[in-house]
Amino acid sequence: MTIEAAAQAAYIVAALLFILALAGLSKHETAKAGNTFGIAGMTLALVATIGLAVAGTLRPVDLALLVTAVVIGAAIGLYRAAKVEMTGMPELIALLHSFVGLAAVLVGWNGYLHVEAHLTGEEALALDELGVLGIHSAEVFIGVFIGAVTFTGSIVAYLKLSAKIKSSPLMLPGKNFLNLGALAVFAVLTTWFVIDPQLWLLVAVTVIALALGWHLVASIGGGDMPVVVSMLNSYSGWAAAAAGFLLENDLLIVTGALVGSSGAYLSYIMCKAMNRSFISVIAGGFGIEAGPADDKEYGEHREITAEGVADLLAAASTVVITPGYGMAVAQAQYGVAELTRVLRDRGVDVRFGIHPVAGRLPGHMNVLLAEARVPYDIVLEMDEVNDDFSGTSVVLVIGANDTVNPAATEDPTSPIAGMPVLKVWEAEDVIVFKRSMASGYAGVQNPLFFRENTAMLFGDAKDRVEDILRAVTERVGAR
Amino acid sequence: MVNIYRGVDVDIGVIRDPDPGERRVAATPATVAQLVKLGYQVVVEPGAGAAASFSDEAFAEAGANIGDPLTADIVFTINPPDASRLDRLAPGTTLIGMLSPRLSPELVEDLARRPITALSMDAVPRISRAQSLDVLSSMANIAGYRAVVEAAHAFGRFFTGQVTAAGKVPPAKVLVAGAGVAGLAAIGAAGSLGAVVRATDPRPEVADQVRSLGGEYLSVEAADVEVSATGYAKEMSDDYNERAARLYAEQASEVDIIITTALIPGRPAPRLITARMVAAMKAGSVIVDMAAANGGNVEGTVAGEVIVTANGVTIIGYTDLAGRLPAQASQLYGTNLVNLMKLMTPEKDGQLVLDFDDVVQRSIAVVRDGELTWPPPAVSVSAAPVAAAPAAAPAPVKQRKPLPRLPLIGAGAGALFLLTALAPAALRGHLTVFALAIVIGYYVIGHVHHALHTPLMSVTNAISGIIVVGALLQLGHGGSLVTALSFVAILLASINVFGGFAVTRRMLAMFTRS
Repeated sequence: MTIEAAAQAAYIVAALLFILALAGLSKHETAKAGNTFGIAGMTLALVATIGLAVAGTLRPVDLALLVTAVVIGAAIGLYRAAKVEMTGMPELIALLHSFVGLAAVLVGWNGYLHVEAHLTGEEALALDELGVLGIHSAEVFIGVFIGAVTFTGSIVAYLKLSAKIKSSPLMLPGKNFLNLGALAVFAVLTTWFVIDPQLWLLVAVTVIALALGWHLVASIGGGDMPVVVSMLNSYSGWAAAAAGFLLENDLLIVTGALVGSSGAYLSYIMCKAMNRSFISVIAGGFGIEAGPADDKEYGEHREITAEGVADLLAAASTVVITPGYGMAVAQAQYGVAELTRVLRDRGVDVRFGIHPVAGRLPGHMNVLLAEARVPYDIVLEMDEVNDDFSGTSVVLVIGANDTVNPAATEDPTSPIAGMPVLKVWEAEDVIVFKRSMASGYAGVQNPLFFRENTAMLFGDAKDRVEDILRAVTERVGAR
Repeated sequence: MVNIYRGVDVDIGVIRDPDPGERRVAATPATVAQLVKLGYQVVVEPGAGAAASFSDEAFAEAGANIGDPLTADIVFTINPPDASRLDRLAPGTTLIGMLSPRLSPELVEDLARRPITALSMDAVPRISRAQSLDVLSSMANIAGYRAVVEAAHAFGRFFTGQVTAAGKVPPAKVLVAGAGVAGLAAIGAAGSLGAVVRATDPRPEVADQVRSLGGEYLSVEAADVEVSATGYAKEMSDDYNERAARLYAEQASEVDIIITTALIPGRPAPRLITARMVAAMKAGSVIVDMAAANGGNVEGTVAGEVIVTANGVTIIGYTDLAGRLPAQASQLYGTNLVNLMKLMTPEKDGQLVLDFDDVVQRSIAVVRDGELTWPPPAVSVSAAPVAAAPAAAPAPVKQRKPLPRLPLIGAGAGALFLLTALAPAALRGHLTVFALAIVIGYYVIGHVHHALHTPLMSVTNAISGIIVVGALLQLGHGGSLVTALSFVAILLASINVFGGFAVTRRMLAMFTRS
């Protein structure tokens, strides 16, 4: 058994382990096992590759560099993973995507420096003899392009998510034309590069791809970030697959394709939840135009105090809580979880209804609630809970707005018309936690606030939840 | 849609059950008033509500006429009327009651021979929307409560534990087999009388409900835990039954009262408690077998009777537990019927409309205009996880023009063919692997649970750090620039690999089940 054969075998096993990892992650019961499979697969792949490299031409100094890089990377990665707040999860994931993108760019550049930079070198001649030098050049180009788009796209997503830049969509004139133009230029440059691999062409495509990635994500509003993050996840997979073609490494191809297609499918699910076109999302041109200024008269809203909410909850038999990004911002999940516990101990049926695009990352609310130890079997998806609102006593809307907007189903002229929403207004009483009467992310006024069975509870969600908790426990104590 | 009686005044007849053991009635003065509000005229048979303490005068006051119900257009009943009464129904009559079509095929055949429409209230599917019509649930709720009352009556002791000057009284121990609606009602009732309540059920998801009512959930440790797609229990495997039997045998010698509620739709009741287990119980113990009508969960049960075994255990086999609270049972049953009439009277004009596109109405229809419509197509309850999972096939996005799929797939296949055919041999293998991996990636996460999107994303993130392999292979090939770039790439990808897996681990550790 040669070392190459052993490495190949290890790669196949690693690829299967990755498939098991993804499969495991799709169910609660098997999720932890899935993660372990992933770690096992990665370990195997790294050991096999290092073994292959050591058996090859790797000098001791290179080996030292390798170990240094892995150790530093591991230290940074583990540190960040241990420190990150669960509310900061979207930013971290976006940042990690950008690393894959940048790594793909670097691998692509290395491919160029290794082969095309020395057209008379032995590697280039060997490839030329097989007639695949052109293919190699194209692979370098594609890999660098996808990697660079992923890199800057993820950086912008990271900046927007961490509020370091404004999250409103960038509206350049003719933005679709710019995107298409960049793709056309890329196609032309690729052909040119295959015929005549010049360094400046590679520089040019890198710059164009970086600009394209920036523009794609910059023109998307913050409310659509869940889709963007999962789309970038997919892109980072394709970048890895492109690197695999470049290096003729099946493990990279398989893994990249797995991540790429699963990420794309995840984005597709998100798009369906938001009633958006999948094509326009992957093309990045989907920052919807802001709706016309909305000065319709909705009437008066009603206010309620924390004590009033406590009274309602004390008398309720079923409660549904629909959290949104506002809950994450206010860090109110612990109070909400405590309130849930208190109510459940008193026999109240408390459940959570999660809109697929609540938060800034797919499944963001679930992670926050899990962090606060809300049992996952009472956290339901929109489809599971939507039919039950009519039999619910009280709905608490905590920091959600557009996802509970009745205009989406009732007003065909609304900018969010057709988006499936949580039908909270069918419950007996709806309490909306909100800082003020300002409109939500989509810039649409929410007629829910003016319904007869809706009451507004103004102020910081965390403080208000704690007030309610205090009032509820006092009532229990009085018994 | 079939409008059965367009433009004619429609009567609803409420019949008196000739069986003196049936104390319920299908309408009460309160529900009569609601039916009148829906536009119907109500005819109540004299003395129909007497056993449930509803006098004819009370019905008349609520707006009903007292008269012959069998000539009405719609006939409300509790149990199916006998043949002589069915003969008197006019063609086109709609009969609504608990017809148990699953258990009595001969009745279904008889009904199908008549030019009538028959709707069976006990066939309402267990979906959220139909809860307000579900007579089985409303009757089971009452029966569960009554079972505890009957047990308490026959049991010669306190339920609650007390410490008195005359000594200590231990609390009664109650075992409830089956935590459906009846079982939960029994748990709640027994618990509020002060007993220590334990419950078993093959469906692990009811453990919470048991606990929420103050009971202790005893799980049968077996491999095949059950997730029910219809909302009802189903028959279990031999291995499970064996373990369950051990659990029951253990409990039988310990508890004072056993209430069994295990029913499987359309099948004889499962035998849970054997004669040997009964023999092992303490003298004075009580068993209430709520499944007595379907053969009983307990060996030795006599349907409709109370027997005392040689070792002093009372086995109550009443089949009319709900009917023993006749006023309440009639009120709930009547309300279920009103809710059905609301559903079937969309215009609130007293015109009955049977809509076969509505799964609820379709499910309860046994006979429509003399035509047999039983059994209905299966309905899966909305709460079952299978039904809630997103469809695997990417259907075209709603409200948009559907893409011409076939030509599109054709074009894709053609492009793939050309690409592969024109590619050099070395590339061809890679393309094959690539294409297959894409398909696998799609299917593998096809049914991902929504709550796991974030962990899934961070794990795919870690996995896409596999690009480190690429950088590793390049290290040491070529000059110092290549080495430097590789170094950076390895570093970045390592952050991804380690950070991604670690953060996924952290997140998954947080997901707990209550």
